[in-house]
Amino acid sequence: MITLNDYLLVSGLLFSIGFAGVMLRRNIIVIFMCLELMLAAANLSLVAFSRFNLVDGLPNYNGQMLVFFIITVAAAEVAVGLAIIVALYRRKQTTHVDDINSMKF
Amino acid sequence: MRELFSKKSSLLGLHVDLILLTSRIFFHMSSVLFWIFAVTMLIFGSLVVVLKNPVSSAMSLVVSFIALAAIFIMLDAFFIGIIQVLVYAGAVMVLFLFIIMLLNLREEKGRKFNIPAFVGGLGVTAFFVFFLVKLLSGFEAGKAPMPALGVENMNDAEMIGRTLFTNFTLPFQIVGVLILVATVGVVILSKRELK
Repeated sequence: MITLNDYLLVSGLLFSIGFAGVMLRRNIIVIFMCLELMLAAANLSLVAFSRFNLVDGLPNYNGQMLVFFIITVAAAEVAVGLAIIVALYRRKQTTHVDDINSMKF
Repeated sequence: MRELFSKKSSLLGLHVDLILLTSRIFFHMSSVLFWIFAVTMLIFGSLVVVLKNPVSSAMSLVVSFIALAAIFIMLDAFFIGIIQVLVYAGAVMVLFLFIIMLLNLREEKGRKFNIPAFVGGLGVTAFFVFFLVKLLSGFEAGKAPMPALGVENMNDAEMIGRTLFTNFTLPFQIVGVLILVATVGVVILSKRELK
């Protein structure tokens, strides 16, 4: 039988995969994809908490509302982030984060 | 033993047995399906990190998100699952692939391997996983099985719409403004000359 802990474990593992991607990869687009993976992991734990915390026999929809807003904001974030990456590529001709160091102290 | 056998072989007994068997299979099926989708999601999530080609990474991310949507649907969050497929696996990933094709990215090669950064990243991740497992093994409230829904027909989309337009009206409008700002921002960022 699947318990809440199983969902939280899977969600945490997905988060750490995304986190490892952000730390290990050097391609800015792949880093951005791993960021999406981390957001999706957070969504999974929110939906699991909503399903296991019944209110009047229904899932707690406040948690699913938060997921809805996260998905909306993430979609807007992807659009802006990719526009920034395209502007950066036009300027520097690279997507490798080690080459983008003009703000480095 | 013989009596039991003759009882079971009677038509009624067989029928009852079949019902019990199918219900038991269905009961196990949901947990088997959960692990199938969870493992698919984690494997393809790892492939996003491991694969060198950004296009393969994006394709693995699509599979990972579709498996995640299946898990959402198994959690009775039908609306969120559909939104996950439409927005993430559809719109966002098309945007990613479009940008990868536009920039004409190739596989990373000829880069010197930064060993301290690699070890540090893996170390922090292992630390996180270790404490996650430690924390979850002591979390007693999470060891209860999934409670059954108290209603016959759940109208998921209706409930979400009702909640969205009663309790969450102000955040909804703020998100509308946010999307407008993002649209204007993207148009300005995409202009040839940034002033």
